[in-house]
Amino acid sequence: MRIRKRTIGLILYFALIAVPIYWMLNMSLRNNADILSTFSLYPSGITFGNYVKVFTDPSWYMGYVNAIIYVTINTVISLACALPAAYAFSRYRFLGDGQMFFWLLTNRMAPPAVFLLPYFQLYSTFNLIDTHIAVALAHCLFNVPLAVWILEGFMSGIPKEIDETAFIDGYSFPRFFITIFIPLIRAGVGVTAFFCFMFSWVELLFARTLTVTAAKPIVATMTRTISATGLDWGLLAANGILTIVPGALVIWFVRNHLAKGFALGRV
Amino acid sequence: MMMEKWEDNRAWYLVLPVFVVVAFSAIIPLMTVVNYSLQDIFGPGNAVFVGTEWYKEMLTDTRLHDALGRQFLFSGLVLLIEIPLGILIALAMPKKGWGVSASLVTLAIPLLIPWNVIGTIWIIFTRPDIGLFGVWINSLNLLDVPFDHTARPIYAWITLMAMEVWHWTPLVALLCYAGLRAIPEAYYQAARIDGASAWAVFRYIQLPKMRGVLTIAVLLRWMDSFLIYAEPFALTGGGPGNTTTFLSIYLVKLATGQFDLGPAAAFSLIYFLIVLLFSFIFYQALLNVGRGEKIS
Repeated sequence: MRIRKRTIGLILYFALIAVPIYWMLNMSLRNNADILSTFSLYPSGITFGNYVKVFTDPSWYMGYVNAIIYVTINTVISLACALPAAYAFSRYRFLGDGQMFFWLLTNRMAPPAVFLLPYFQLYSTFNLIDTHIAVALAHCLFNVPLAVWILEGFMSGIPKEIDETAFIDGYSFPRFFITIFIPLIRAGVGVTAFFCFMFSWVELLFARTLTVTAAKPIVATMTRTISATGLDWGLLAANGILTIVPGALVIWFVRNHLAKGFALGRV
Repeated sequence: MMMEKWEDNRAWYLVLPVFVVVAFSAIIPLMTVVNYSLQDIFGPGNAVFVGTEWYKEMLTDTRLHDALGRQFLFSGLVLLIEIPLGILIALAMPKKGWGVSASLVTLAIPLLIPWNVIGTIWIIFTRPDIGLFGVWINSLNLLDVPFDHTARPIYAWITLMAMEVWHWTPLVALLCYAGLRAIPEAYYQAARIDGASAWAVFRYIQLPKMRGVLTIAVLLRWMDSFLIYAEPFALTGGGPGNTTTFLSIYLVKLATGQFDLGPAAAFSLIYFLIVLLFSFIFYQALLNVGRGEKIS
Protein backbone atom coordinates (compact mmCIF):
# COMPACT_ATOMS: atom_id res chain seq x y z
CA MET A 1 0.00 0.00 0.00
CA ARG A 2 2.86 2.36 0.85
CA ILE A 3 4.51 1.57 -2.47
CA ARG A 4 1.35 2.52 -4.29
CA LYS A 5 1.15 5.87 -2.50
CA ARG A 6 4.72 6.62 -3.55
CA THR A 7 3.96 5.79 -7.15
CA ILE A 8 0.95 8.08 -7.14
CA GLY A 9 3.11 10.86 -5.71
CA LEU A 10 5.70 10.29 -8.40
CA ILE A 11 3.13 10.32 -11.20
CA LEU A 12 1.70 13.54 -9.76
CA TYR A 13 5.17 15.08 -9.80
CA PHE A 14 5.78 14.03 -13.39
CA ALA A 15 2.44 15.54 -14.31
CA LEU A 16 3.56 18.81 -12.72
CA ILE A 17 6.71 18.71 -14.84
CA ALA A 18 4.66 18.10 -17.96
CA VAL A 19 1.88 20.65 -17.48
CA PRO A 20 3.82 23.88 -18.24
CA ILE A 21 5.36 22.20 -21.30
CA TYR A 22 1.96 20.97 -22.40
CA TRP A 23 0.62 24.51 -22.03
CA MET A 24 3.33 25.85 -24.32
CA LEU A 25 2.58 23.08 -26.84
CA ASN A 26 -1.10 24.04 -26.66
CA MET A 27 -0.22 27.70 -27.39
CA SER A 28 2.09 26.76 -30.24
CA LEU A 29 -0.75 25.00 -32.08
CA ARG A 30 -3.06 28.02 -32.05
CA ASN A 31 -2.82 31.37 -33.78
CA ASN A 32 -2.35 34.55 -31.80
CA ALA A 33 -5.88 35.94 -32.17
CA ASP A 34 -7.30 32.64 -30.94
CA ILE A 35 -4.94 32.59 -27.92
CA LEU A 36 -5.87 36.10 -26.85
CA SER A 37 -9.62 35.79 -27.43
CA THR A 38 -10.51 32.38 -26.01
CA PHE A 39 -9.16 30.49 -23.03
CA SER A 40 -9.11 26.81 -23.87
CA LEU A 41 -7.45 23.79 -22.26
CA TYR A 42 -6.71 22.23 -25.62
CA PRO A 43 -6.33 23.62 -29.14
CA SER A 44 -9.77 23.31 -30.78
CA GLY A 45 -8.71 24.00 -34.36
CA ILE A 46 -5.11 22.83 -34.57
CA THR A 47 -2.98 25.02 -36.81
CA PHE A 48 0.65 24.45 -37.71
CA GLY A 49 0.95 28.04 -38.96
CA ASN A 50 3.47 29.01 -36.28
CA TYR A 51 5.77 26.11 -37.16
CA VAL A 52 5.41 26.81 -40.88
CA LYS A 53 6.45 30.40 -40.22
CA VAL A 54 9.55 29.31 -38.27
CA PHE A 55 10.62 26.91 -41.02
CA THR A 56 10.07 29.36 -43.87
CA ASP A 57 11.32 32.64 -42.39
CA PRO A 58 15.16 32.78 -42.40
CA SER A 59 15.24 35.23 -39.48
CA TRP A 60 13.74 32.42 -37.38
CA TYR A 61 15.16 29.18 -38.75
CA MET A 62 18.68 30.57 -39.15
CA GLY A 63 18.66 30.95 -35.36
CA TYR A 64 18.60 27.16 -35.05
CA VAL A 65 21.25 26.70 -37.73
CA ASN A 66 23.56 29.22 -36.01
CA ALA A 67 23.06 27.65 -32.61
CA ILE A 68 23.77 24.15 -33.95
CA ILE A 69 26.94 25.39 -35.68
CA TYR A 70 28.51 26.97 -32.61
CA VAL A 71 27.33 24.19 -30.30
CA THR A 72 29.03 21.64 -32.58
CA ILE A 73 32.26 23.65 -32.80
CA ASN A 74 32.27 24.03 -29.03
CA THR A 75 31.70 20.31 -28.43
CA VAL A 76 34.55 19.38 -30.77
CA ILE A 77 37.00 21.87 -29.22
CA SER A 78 36.02 20.90 -25.67
CA LEU A 79 36.44 17.16 -26.29
CA ALA A 80 39.67 17.54 -28.26
CA CYS A 81 41.35 19.55 -25.48
CA ALA A 82 39.82 17.73 -22.56
CA LEU A 83 40.60 14.12 -23.57
CA PRO A 84 44.40 14.31 -23.14
CA ALA A 85 44.12 16.59 -20.10
CA ALA A 86 41.67 14.27 -18.35
CA TYR A 87 44.05 11.36 -19.05
CA ALA A 88 46.89 13.31 -17.45
CA PHE A 89 44.80 14.07 -14.35
CA SER A 90 43.59 10.50 -13.97
CA ARG A 91 46.99 8.80 -14.48
CA TYR A 92 49.76 11.15 -13.40
CA ARG A 93 50.86 13.19 -10.46
CA PHE A 94 52.64 16.29 -11.62
CA LEU A 95 53.71 19.68 -10.37
CA GLY A 96 50.64 21.80 -9.62
CA ASP A 97 48.04 19.21 -10.59
CA GLY A 98 45.78 19.97 -7.62
CA GLN A 99 45.97 23.72 -8.18
CA MET A 100 45.33 23.31 -11.90
CA PHE A 101 42.26 21.17 -11.20
CA PHE A 102 40.93 23.72 -8.72
CA TRP A 103 41.51 26.54 -11.18
CA LEU A 104 39.51 24.64 -13.82
CA LEU A 105 36.69 24.21 -11.30
CA THR A 106 36.59 27.95 -10.57
CA ASN A 107 35.90 28.57 -14.26
CA ARG A 108 32.95 26.19 -14.23
CA MET A 109 31.65 28.19 -11.25
CA ALA A 110 32.51 31.68 -12.52
CA PRO A 111 29.56 33.99 -13.19
CA PRO A 112 29.32 34.51 -16.96
CA ALA A 113 28.15 38.08 -16.24
CA VAL A 114 31.66 38.85 -14.92
CA PHE A 115 33.21 37.94 -18.26
CA LEU A 116 30.69 39.78 -20.38
CA LEU A 117 32.46 43.10 -20.81
CA PRO A 118 35.99 41.80 -21.37
CA TYR A 119 34.70 39.20 -23.83
CA PHE A 120 33.11 41.86 -25.92
CA GLN A 121 36.40 43.81 -25.91
CA LEU A 122 38.54 40.73 -26.54
CA TYR A 123 36.51 39.41 -29.44
CA SER A 124 36.17 42.89 -30.96
CA THR A 125 39.97 43.15 -30.94
CA PHE A 126 40.24 39.90 -32.90
CA ASN A 127 37.34 40.93 -35.15
CA LEU A 128 35.35 37.90 -34.08
CA ILE A 129 32.11 39.55 -32.97
CA ASP A 130 29.10 37.99 -34.68
CA THR A 131 30.94 34.80 -35.66
CA HIS A 132 30.14 31.26 -34.57
CA ILE A 133 33.68 30.67 -33.40
CA ALA A 134 33.41 33.54 -30.90
CA VAL A 135 30.45 32.00 -29.12
CA ALA A 136 32.00 28.52 -29.33
CA LEU A 137 35.22 29.80 -27.71
CA ALA A 138 33.32 31.76 -25.05
CA HIS A 139 31.40 28.64 -24.07
CA CYS A 140 34.72 26.83 -23.63
CA LEU A 141 35.04 28.82 -20.39
CA PHE A 142 32.68 26.43 -18.62
CA ASN A 143 32.52 23.47 -21.03
CA VAL A 144 36.23 22.60 -21.13
CA PRO A 145 36.50 22.32 -17.32
CA LEU A 146 33.26 20.36 -17.27
CA ALA A 147 34.54 17.98 -19.94
CA VAL A 148 37.82 17.45 -18.08
CA TRP A 149 35.96 16.66 -14.87
CA ILE A 150 33.50 14.20 -16.38
CA LEU A 151 36.12 12.42 -18.49
CA GLU A 152 38.50 12.16 -15.55
CA GLY A 153 35.76 10.41 -13.60
CA PHE A 154 35.21 7.86 -16.36
CA MET A 155 38.95 7.34 -16.99
CA SER A 156 39.68 6.69 -13.33
CA GLY A 157 37.33 3.71 -13.58
CA ILE A 158 39.68 2.02 -16.10
CA PRO A 159 42.48 0.07 -14.39
CA LYS A 160 45.97 1.38 -15.05
CA GLU A 161 47.16 -2.15 -15.85
CA ILE A 162 45.58 -1.80 -19.29
CA ASP A 163 47.85 1.13 -20.10
CA GLU A 164 50.90 -0.70 -18.77
CA THR A 165 50.17 -3.83 -20.78
CA ALA A 166 49.71 -1.82 -23.96
CA PHE A 167 52.98 0.04 -23.48
CA ILE A 168 54.82 -3.24 -22.84
CA ASP A 169 53.29 -4.58 -26.06
CA GLY A 170 54.99 -1.70 -27.84
CA TYR A 171 52.11 0.65 -28.44
CA SER A 172 53.09 4.30 -28.79
CA PHE A 173 51.08 6.69 -26.60
CA PRO A 174 48.98 8.25 -29.42
CA ARG A 175 48.21 4.84 -30.93
CA PHE A 176 47.27 3.38 -27.53
CA PHE A 177 45.17 6.42 -26.67
CA ILE A 178 43.18 6.46 -29.90
CA THR A 179 42.81 2.77 -30.71
CA ILE A 180 42.51 1.26 -27.21
CA PHE A 181 41.78 3.83 -24.55
CA ILE A 182 39.12 6.02 -26.18
CA PRO A 183 37.02 3.00 -27.26
CA LEU A 184 37.16 1.79 -23.65
CA ILE A 185 35.62 5.00 -22.35
CA ARG A 186 33.28 5.62 -25.27
CA ALA A 187 30.31 5.89 -22.91
CA GLY A 188 32.13 8.65 -21.07
CA VAL A 189 32.97 10.43 -24.32
CA GLY A 190 29.33 10.24 -25.35
CA VAL A 191 28.11 11.63 -22.05
CA THR A 192 30.69 14.41 -22.12
CA ALA A 193 29.72 15.36 -25.67
CA PHE A 194 26.11 15.42 -24.55
CA PHE A 195 26.84 17.73 -21.64
CA CYS A 196 28.96 20.10 -23.74
CA PHE A 197 26.18 20.16 -26.31
CA MET A 198 23.59 20.81 -23.65
CA PHE A 199 25.31 23.57 -21.68
CA SER A 200 26.24 25.37 -24.88
CA TRP A 201 22.69 25.01 -26.19
CA VAL A 202 20.97 26.40 -23.08
CA GLU A 203 23.31 29.35 -22.48
CA LEU A 204 21.97 32.82 -23.25
CA LEU A 205 24.21 35.61 -21.98
CA PHE A 206 27.36 35.08 -24.10
CA ALA A 207 25.38 33.89 -27.10
CA ARG A 208 23.35 37.09 -27.07
CA THR A 209 26.20 39.50 -26.36
CA LEU A 210 28.67 38.16 -28.91
CA THR A 211 26.30 37.99 -31.87
CA VAL A 212 24.48 40.62 -33.90
CA THR A 213 22.80 39.05 -36.92
CA ALA A 214 25.01 36.64 -38.86
CA ALA A 215 25.50 34.22 -35.98
CA LYS A 216 22.51 35.09 -33.81
CA PRO A 217 21.15 31.94 -32.13
CA ILE A 218 17.51 31.16 -31.53
CA VAL A 219 17.65 31.91 -27.79
CA ALA A 220 18.76 35.48 -28.55
CA THR A 221 16.15 35.90 -31.28
CA MET A 222 13.51 34.90 -28.78
CA THR A 223 14.51 37.39 -26.06
CA ARG A 224 14.53 40.23 -28.53
CA THR A 225 10.93 39.56 -29.47
CA ILE A 226 9.88 39.44 -25.84
CA SER A 227 10.38 43.17 -25.41
CA ALA A 228 8.65 44.05 -28.69
CA THR A 229 5.05 45.22 -28.59
CA GLY A 230 2.32 43.10 -30.11
CA LEU A 231 4.03 39.90 -29.10
CA ASP A 232 3.02 36.79 -31.03
CA TRP A 233 2.54 34.21 -28.27
CA GLY A 234 1.85 31.35 -30.66
CA LEU A 235 5.08 31.92 -32.56
CA LEU A 236 7.06 32.29 -29.35
CA ALA A 237 5.58 29.03 -28.01
CA ALA A 238 6.37 27.18 -31.25
CA ASN A 239 9.99 28.31 -30.97
CA GLY A 240 10.08 27.25 -27.35
CA ILE A 241 8.87 23.77 -28.28
CA LEU A 242 11.42 23.51 -31.10
CA THR A 243 14.31 24.39 -28.76
CA ILE A 244 13.41 21.38 -26.60
CA VAL A 245 13.59 18.96 -29.55
CA PRO A 246 17.40 18.55 -29.92
CA GLY A 247 17.87 17.72 -26.23
CA ALA A 248 14.90 15.37 -26.22
CA LEU A 249 16.33 13.52 -29.24
CA VAL A 250 19.69 12.71 -27.67
CA ILE A 251 18.64 12.24 -24.05
CA TRP A 252 17.62 8.62 -24.57
CA PHE A 253 21.15 7.52 -25.40
CA VAL A 254 22.71 8.90 -22.24
CA ARG A 255 19.86 8.30 -19.75
CA ASN A 256 21.86 5.90 -17.58
CA HIS A 257 24.87 8.20 -17.32
CA LEU A 258 23.10 11.51 -16.71
CA ALA A 259 23.65 11.57 -12.96
CA LYS A 260 27.35 10.87 -13.38
CA GLY A 261 27.64 13.73 -15.82
CA PHE A 262 25.85 16.18 -13.57
CA ALA A 263 28.00 15.10 -10.65
CA LEU A 264 31.04 16.16 -12.72
CA GLY A 265 32.04 12.52 -13.10
CA ARG A 266 32.10 12.02 -9.35
CA VAL A 267 29.35 9.43 -8.75
CA MET B 1 39.45 3.99 -6.65
CA MET B 2 42.37 6.09 -5.39
CA MET B 3 44.88 4.23 -7.52
CA GLU B 4 48.57 4.85 -7.34
CA LYS B 5 49.46 7.47 -9.94
CA TRP B 6 52.63 7.76 -12.00
CA GLU B 7 54.74 10.73 -11.13
CA ASP B 8 55.78 12.57 -14.29
CA ASN B 9 55.85 16.30 -14.98
CA ARG B 10 55.67 15.63 -18.72
CA ALA B 11 51.95 15.14 -18.14
CA TRP B 12 51.82 18.93 -18.46
CA TYR B 13 52.10 18.50 -22.23
CA LEU B 14 48.74 16.73 -22.14
CA VAL B 15 47.18 19.51 -20.07
CA LEU B 16 48.63 22.29 -22.21
CA PRO B 17 45.75 22.57 -24.75
CA VAL B 18 43.22 22.95 -21.95
CA PHE B 19 45.45 25.49 -20.25
CA VAL B 20 45.77 27.58 -23.43
CA VAL B 21 42.05 27.52 -24.26
CA VAL B 22 40.89 28.30 -20.73
CA ALA B 23 43.58 30.93 -20.24
CA PHE B 24 42.36 32.67 -23.38
CA SER B 25 38.79 32.63 -22.07
CA ALA B 26 39.53 33.28 -18.41
CA ILE B 27 42.86 34.91 -17.59
CA ILE B 28 43.06 37.57 -20.33
CA PRO B 29 39.47 38.75 -19.75
CA LEU B 30 39.99 38.81 -15.99
CA MET B 31 43.06 41.00 -16.43
CA THR B 32 40.95 43.37 -18.53
CA VAL B 33 38.44 43.56 -15.69
CA VAL B 34 41.18 44.38 -13.19
CA ASN B 35 42.39 47.06 -15.59
CA TYR B 36 38.93 48.63 -15.89
CA SER B 37 38.30 48.51 -12.18
CA LEU B 38 41.24 50.80 -11.46
CA GLN B 39 40.59 53.44 -14.12
CA ASP B 40 38.02 55.96 -15.21
CA ILE B 41 37.56 55.50 -18.93
CA PHE B 42 36.26 58.41 -20.99
CA GLY B 43 36.99 56.91 -24.38
CA PRO B 44 39.69 55.05 -26.31
CA GLY B 45 43.11 56.09 -25.06
CA ASN B 46 41.64 58.47 -22.53
CA ALA B 47 41.67 56.86 -19.11
CA VAL B 48 42.61 58.12 -15.66
CA PHE B 49 43.97 55.92 -12.90
CA VAL B 50 41.57 56.17 -9.95
CA GLY B 51 42.92 53.50 -7.60
CA THR B 52 40.37 51.90 -5.31
CA GLU B 53 37.66 54.51 -5.82
CA TRP B 54 35.31 52.15 -7.71
CA TYR B 55 35.73 49.49 -5.07
CA LYS B 56 34.79 51.98 -2.36
CA GLU B 57 31.80 53.06 -4.42
CA MET B 58 30.59 49.50 -5.01
CA LEU B 59 31.16 48.33 -1.44
CA THR B 60 28.95 51.14 -0.16
CA ASP B 61 26.36 50.79 -2.95
CA THR B 62 23.04 49.99 -1.29
CA ARG B 63 21.63 48.49 -4.51
CA LEU B 64 24.52 46.02 -4.51
CA HIS B 65 23.86 45.17 -0.87
CA ASP B 66 20.18 44.64 -1.65
CA ALA B 67 20.98 42.43 -4.64
CA LEU B 68 23.41 40.40 -2.52
CA GLY B 69 20.78 39.99 0.20
CA ARG B 70 18.19 38.85 -2.37
CA GLN B 71 20.77 36.48 -3.82
CA PHE B 72 21.39 34.81 -0.46
CA LEU B 73 17.66 34.57 0.23
CA PHE B 74 17.04 33.07 -3.20
CA SER B 75 19.88 30.54 -3.04
CA GLY B 76 18.91 29.60 0.53
CA LEU B 77 15.29 28.99 -0.44
CA VAL B 78 16.42 26.97 -3.44
CA LEU B 79 18.37 24.60 -1.20
CA LEU B 80 15.63 24.37 1.44
CA ILE B 81 13.03 23.31 -1.10
CA GLU B 82 14.96 21.40 -3.76
CA ILE B 83 17.12 19.13 -1.60
CA PRO B 84 14.33 17.48 0.49
CA LEU B 85 12.04 17.32 -2.54
CA GLY B 86 14.77 15.76 -4.67
CA ILE B 87 15.44 13.10 -2.01
CA LEU B 88 11.72 12.27 -1.80
CA ILE B 89 11.46 11.88 -5.57
CA ALA B 90 14.57 9.70 -5.72
CA LEU B 91 13.14 7.44 -2.99
CA ALA B 92 9.87 7.10 -4.88
CA MET B 93 11.44 6.21 -8.21
CA PRO B 94 11.12 2.63 -9.50
CA LYS B 95 14.20 0.45 -9.13
CA LYS B 96 13.74 -1.83 -12.13
CA GLY B 97 11.71 -2.31 -15.26
CA TRP B 98 10.71 0.10 -17.99
CA GLY B 99 9.75 2.70 -15.38
CA VAL B 100 13.41 3.45 -14.67
CA SER B 101 14.24 4.74 -18.14
CA ALA B 102 10.92 6.54 -18.42
CA SER B 103 11.45 8.31 -15.09
CA LEU B 104 15.03 9.28 -15.90
CA VAL B 105 14.09 10.77 -19.25
CA THR B 106 11.08 12.64 -17.83
CA LEU B 107 13.23 14.04 -15.04
CA ALA B 108 15.89 15.21 -17.46
CA ILE B 109 13.62 17.13 -19.80
CA PRO B 110 13.47 20.41 -17.80
CA LEU B 111 17.27 20.37 -17.62
CA LEU B 112 17.61 20.40 -21.40
CA ILE B 113 15.52 23.45 -22.13
CA PRO B 114 17.38 26.71 -22.90
CA TRP B 115 17.32 28.87 -19.79
CA ASN B 116 15.44 31.80 -21.25
CA VAL B 117 12.89 29.40 -22.77
CA ILE B 118 12.28 28.23 -19.19
CA GLY B 119 11.34 31.85 -18.47
CA THR B 120 9.10 31.95 -21.54
CA ILE B 121 7.36 28.72 -20.52
CA TRP B 122 6.55 30.19 -17.12
CA ILE B 123 5.37 33.50 -18.53
CA ILE B 124 2.97 31.65 -20.80
CA PHE B 125 1.93 29.36 -17.95
CA THR B 126 1.29 32.02 -15.30
CA ARG B 127 0.01 35.08 -17.19
CA PRO B 128 -3.39 36.18 -15.86
CA ASP B 129 -4.85 36.43 -19.36
CA ILE B 130 -3.58 33.36 -21.24
CA GLY B 131 -1.77 31.22 -18.65
CA LEU B 132 -3.32 28.04 -17.26
CA PHE B 133 -2.09 28.75 -13.73
CA GLY B 134 -2.85 32.48 -13.81
CA VAL B 135 -6.40 32.01 -15.06
CA TRP B 136 -7.06 29.14 -12.66
CA ILE B 137 -5.80 30.86 -9.51
CA ASN B 138 -7.69 34.06 -10.31
CA SER B 139 -10.90 32.15 -10.99
CA LEU B 140 -10.80 30.93 -7.37
CA ASN B 141 -11.07 34.54 -6.15
CA LEU B 142 -8.88 33.86 -3.13
CA LEU B 143 -6.46 36.74 -3.60
CA ASP B 144 -7.23 40.38 -2.84
CA VAL B 145 -5.00 41.49 -5.73
CA PRO B 146 -5.36 39.31 -8.86
CA PHE B 147 -2.35 37.10 -9.50
CA ASP B 148 0.11 38.67 -11.94
CA HIS B 149 3.85 38.27 -11.50
CA THR B 150 4.42 41.84 -12.66
CA ALA B 151 2.01 43.28 -10.09
CA ARG B 152 3.49 42.41 -6.72
CA PRO B 153 6.96 41.40 -5.54
CA ILE B 154 5.55 38.42 -3.62
CA TYR B 155 3.86 37.09 -6.78
CA ALA B 156 7.06 37.55 -8.73
CA TRP B 157 9.00 35.62 -6.09
CA ILE B 158 6.43 32.82 -5.97
CA THR B 159 6.54 32.46 -9.75
CA LEU B 160 10.32 32.58 -9.73
CA MET B 161 10.64 29.95 -7.00
CA ALA B 162 8.11 27.68 -8.71
CA MET B 163 10.10 28.01 -11.93
CA GLU B 164 13.40 27.36 -10.21
CA VAL B 165 12.07 24.30 -8.35
CA TRP B 166 10.48 23.00 -11.55
CA HIS B 167 13.72 23.52 -13.47
CA TRP B 168 16.38 22.15 -11.12
CA THR B 169 14.81 19.71 -8.62
CA PRO B 170 15.23 16.93 -11.22
CA LEU B 171 19.00 17.41 -10.97
CA VAL B 172 18.93 16.74 -7.22
CA ALA B 173 16.63 13.76 -7.78
CA LEU B 174 18.92 12.30 -10.48
CA LEU B 175 21.98 12.58 -8.25
CA CYS B 176 20.20 11.07 -5.23
CA TYR B 177 18.85 8.27 -7.37
CA ALA B 178 22.37 7.43 -8.56
CA GLY B 179 23.48 7.37 -4.92
CA LEU B 180 20.60 5.09 -3.90
CA ARG B 181 21.26 2.64 -6.72
CA ALA B 182 24.82 2.16 -5.46
CA ILE B 183 23.59 0.65 -2.17
CA PRO B 184 24.05 -3.15 -2.23
CA GLU B 185 20.89 -5.22 -1.78
CA ALA B 186 22.50 -6.97 1.22
CA TYR B 187 22.07 -3.82 3.32
CA TYR B 188 18.31 -3.92 2.80
CA GLN B 189 18.15 -7.63 3.51
CA ALA B 190 19.98 -7.12 6.81
CA ALA B 191 17.57 -4.32 7.69
CA ARG B 192 14.59 -6.60 6.93
CA ILE B 193 15.94 -9.33 9.16
CA ASP B 194 16.37 -6.79 11.98
CA GLY B 195 12.80 -5.60 11.38
CA ALA B 196 13.94 -2.02 10.82
CA SER B 197 11.28 0.61 10.10
CA ALA B 198 11.24 2.54 6.82
CA TRP B 199 12.49 5.57 8.70
CA ALA B 200 15.38 3.62 10.23
CA VAL B 201 16.34 2.31 6.78
CA PHE B 202 16.38 5.85 5.47
CA ARG B 203 18.20 7.33 8.45
CA TYR B 204 20.88 4.67 8.93
CA ILE B 205 21.36 3.19 5.45
CA GLN B 206 20.14 5.44 2.66
CA LEU B 207 21.02 8.89 4.01
CA PRO B 208 24.64 8.03 4.95
CA LYS B 209 25.12 6.35 1.57
CA MET B 210 23.84 9.44 -0.21
CA ARG B 211 26.28 11.74 1.58
CA GLY B 212 28.58 12.04 -1.42
CA VAL B 213 25.94 12.81 -4.02
CA LEU B 214 24.13 15.14 -1.63
CA THR B 215 27.32 17.14 -1.12
CA ILE B 216 27.59 17.55 -4.87
CA ALA B 217 23.91 18.40 -5.22
CA VAL B 218 23.98 21.05 -2.47
CA LEU B 219 27.08 22.71 -3.79
CA LEU B 220 26.06 22.62 -7.47
CA ARG B 221 22.65 24.06 -6.66
CA TRP B 222 24.15 26.71 -4.41
CA MET B 223 26.72 27.81 -6.99
CA ASP B 224 24.43 27.71 -10.00
CA SER B 225 21.60 29.54 -8.27
CA PHE B 226 24.16 32.14 -7.23
CA LEU B 227 24.94 32.83 -10.90
CA ILE B 228 21.35 32.82 -12.12
CA TYR B 229 20.65 35.23 -14.96
CA ALA B 230 18.64 34.08 -17.96
CA GLU B 231 15.55 32.67 -16.23
CA PRO B 232 14.63 35.70 -14.07
CA PHE B 233 15.74 37.97 -16.91
CA ALA B 234 13.22 36.35 -19.23
CA LEU B 235 10.50 36.02 -16.60
CA THR B 236 10.55 39.26 -14.61
CA GLY B 237 13.42 41.30 -16.05
CA GLY B 238 14.43 41.94 -12.42
CA GLY B 239 11.14 43.57 -11.51
CA PRO B 240 8.67 44.66 -10.32
CA GLY B 241 10.95 47.52 -9.31
CA ASN B 242 14.21 45.85 -8.37
CA THR B 243 12.65 43.13 -6.25
CA THR B 244 13.97 40.21 -8.28
CA THR B 245 17.25 41.81 -9.36
CA PHE B 246 19.94 39.30 -8.45
CA LEU B 247 23.69 39.85 -8.66
CA SER B 248 24.13 38.84 -12.31
CA ILE B 249 21.12 40.85 -13.46
CA TYR B 250 22.34 43.93 -11.64
CA LEU B 251 25.84 43.48 -13.02
CA VAL B 252 24.65 43.16 -16.61
CA LYS B 253 22.42 46.22 -16.17
CA LEU B 254 25.35 48.18 -14.83
CA ALA B 255 27.77 47.02 -17.51
CA THR B 256 25.70 47.12 -20.69
CA GLY B 257 22.80 49.38 -19.78
CA GLN B 258 24.56 52.27 -18.12
CA PHE B 259 28.09 51.62 -19.43
CA ASP B 260 29.61 52.30 -16.03
CA LEU B 261 32.71 50.30 -16.87
CA GLY B 262 34.74 51.11 -13.76
CA PRO B 263 32.10 50.33 -11.13
CA ALA B 264 30.91 47.32 -13.12
CA ALA B 265 34.45 45.95 -13.23
CA ALA B 266 34.94 46.50 -9.50
CA PHE B 267 31.60 44.77 -8.90
CA SER B 268 32.69 41.89 -11.16
CA LEU B 269 35.81 41.29 -9.13
CA ILE B 270 33.99 41.42 -5.80
CA TYR B 271 31.40 38.98 -7.21
CA PHE B 272 34.15 36.76 -8.57
CA LEU B 273 35.95 36.67 -5.23
CA ILE B 274 32.77 35.63 -3.42
CA VAL B 275 32.31 32.83 -5.96
CA LEU B 276 35.97 31.85 -5.63
CA LEU B 277 35.50 31.47 -1.89
CA PHE B 278 32.53 29.15 -2.45
CA SER B 279 34.44 27.21 -5.10
CA PHE B 280 37.22 26.62 -2.60
CA ILE B 281 34.76 25.28 -0.03
CA PHE B 282 33.22 23.12 -2.78
CA TYR B 283 36.60 21.71 -3.78
CA GLN B 284 37.55 20.88 -0.20
CA ALA B 285 34.19 19.19 0.37
CA LEU B 286 34.62 17.12 -2.79
CA LEU B 287 38.12 16.06 -1.79
CA ASN B 288 36.80 14.94 1.59
CA VAL B 289 34.06 12.95 -0.11
CA GLY B 290 36.71 11.25 -2.26
CA ARG B 291 38.85 10.50 0.78
CA GLY B 292 35.99 9.16 2.89
CA GLU B 293 33.86 6.27 1.79
CA LYS B 294 33.79 5.94 -1.96
CA ILE B 295 30.37 6.62 -3.34
CA SER B 296 30.09 3.96 -5.98
